[in-house]
Amino acid sequence: MANDTLVRELALRMGDNTLILGQRVSAWCGHAPVLEEDIALANVALDFIGQTRLWLGLAADLGVEDDADALAFLRDARAFKNCLLVEQPNGDFAHTLMRQFLFDAWHLPMLAALKQSSDRRVAEIAEKSAKEAAYHLERSEDYVVRLGDGSDESHARMQAALDTLYPFAGELTTPDANDEAFAEAGLAPELSVIGDIYQATLTRVLNEATLSPTTTVVRKGGKQGLHSEDFGFILADMQWLQRAYPGATW
Amino acid sequence: MYAQEVKSTGQGVKSLEEMAPDERAFQEKVNAKIKIEPKDWMPEGYRKTLVRQISQHAHSEIVGQLPEGNWISRAPTLERKAILLAKVQDEAGHGLYLYCAAETLGVSRDQMTEQLLAGKAKYSSIFNYPTLTWADIGAIGWLVDGAAIMNQVPLQRCSYGPYSRAMIRICKEESFHQRQGYDIMMKLCAGTAEQKEMAQDALNRWWQPALMMFGPPDGDSVHSAQSMAWGIKQNSNDELRQKFVNETVPQAEYLGLTPPDPDVNWNEDKQGYDYGELDWNEFYEVLKGNGPCNKERLEARQKAWDDGEWFRDGLMAHARKREMRKQAAE
Ligand SMILES: [Fe+2]
Ligand SMILES: [Fe+2]
Ligand SMILES: [Fe+2]
Repeated sequence: MANDTLVRELALRMGDNTLILGQRVSAWCGHAPVLEEDIALANVALDFIGQTRLWLGLAADLGVEDDADALAFLRDARAFKNCLLVEQPNGDFAHTLMRQFLFDAWHLPMLAALKQSSDRRVAEIAEKSAKEAAYHLERSEDYVVRLGDGSDESHARMQAALDTLYPFAGELTTPDANDEAFAEAGLAPELSVIGDIYQATLTRVLNEATLSPTTTVVRKGGKQGLHSEDFGFILADMQWLQRAYPGATW
Repeated sequence: MYAQEVKSTGQGVKSLEEMAPDERAFQEKVNAKIKIEPKDWMPEGYRKTLVRQISQHAHSEIVGQLPEGNWISRAPTLERKAILLAKVQDEAGHGLYLYCAAETLGVSRDQMTEQLLAGKAKYSSIFNYPTLTWADIGAIGWLVDGAAIMNQVPLQRCSYGPYSRAMIRICKEESFHQRQGYDIMMKLCAGTAEQKEMAQDALNRWWQPALMMFGPPDGDSVHSAQSMAWGIKQNSNDELRQKFVNETVPQAEYLGLTPPDPDVNWNEDKQGYDYGELDWNEFYEVLKGNGPCNKERLEARQKAWDDGEWFRDGLMAHARKREMRKQAAE
């Protein structure tokens, strides 16, 4: 594959992850358990939407689409390359926090490594995003620890969230042919390297949180556009206006 | 200000000569435009009126997240999504500063939340109307934030220091919101026929509720005199409403939209726009809880609170464990 085709694929994967997770997290606005969380979650969602504009903007530059919006609002499910983890439903606040932690613990080392990408455009976006990702991880791991090692109920809810979501964690660090091609071209790190860092973070944080994974099942497919049934509803909601009024500008 | 029906508890306005020394010193400070601070002596009625007004305002910001938050997932572009997210986040931030300002008067955020959820505390009636189309997000920014600014700019000079300072911070953000809302309307009005129709429909539905944000007509608003003497209120409801109409009608014209009131006409004598009678029965019905979304708004806040209980308890439990471990290690 030509280099730009690879860069575009990488940008789609990164941008679709942040878009879909941003979309999920933003649904908490006005419904969080405390006012400070309404504000903090809006912040996280805003960071993700901002990162999405950069990644999908790059992907659009390298493709036929006009801009990031065309990619976000006019693609169908099969063309989205996000991992299955980020599309999982919000569930209770425990699921939302656990999903966030499992993502952040991957996102930060991934972005840190992408700063060294052989592609300057990728490196620049990673540079801008890594600071935000560091703050996200600090926040989500702190919550996992406090709620895992909190009350009986908060422990049980966090463990239940881990049970549901852990199978989706593996996809983040399991390379497919594209991931191998990215690494070969120096565009992105070897996913096994990120996987080692990821596992170390999970072990440390989950131990401290008195939580433990109870399965070794890995569920994947998102990177190939094979999503869960929930995914179509995310798009139906997110893309509705653009689809209902084709060609209108907003 | 989002506080439309604040009953002040004073017994009618006293003259300086009728006042006890404490109260007289307080009133002289207010008259001299010196800010009252939390530790200063203040009449009980002043404190109570402020707690009501500030907590109504705070609740309005919090409930106000809901009608607009409703559209975050459907915002039509990434930029609009980011702007709307940031706006709703600002409103939550306003709620937070205002709860803090109210707390300086001896009432806790939990107490205020309880009153809201029990249906005992009011919030602005405007947030009991539904957001049906994307144009409503434009109309809310333009009209609702616009009316809020009109109300809140004078409150920057409120006699109570913490409230006045909170208002200064909030007003800056509200004017961003208004511009962003108007920008949505401009885009719609420059767009397709369907988009323009959407914009006109939103103006039709939000016009009257926005004018009602200033509260009942001056004749019916019995408590204003005391609030004015205390430096809590600076302008009458009708004065502010007129100012808002004067500013908004030309903005609507610029968009090519028509306010849904055949009596809106320029009046050369008063150098302002006339406007028709508002349906105050509707206003009182909405305030009583019978608006189109009162039930949904309170249910959403109640659900957030109930669903969050384990989270708040879990964090407390962790803090206790940590404290115990620390003590055991010492
Ligand atoms: Fe406000
Ligand atoms: Fe506000
Ligand atoms: Fe606002």
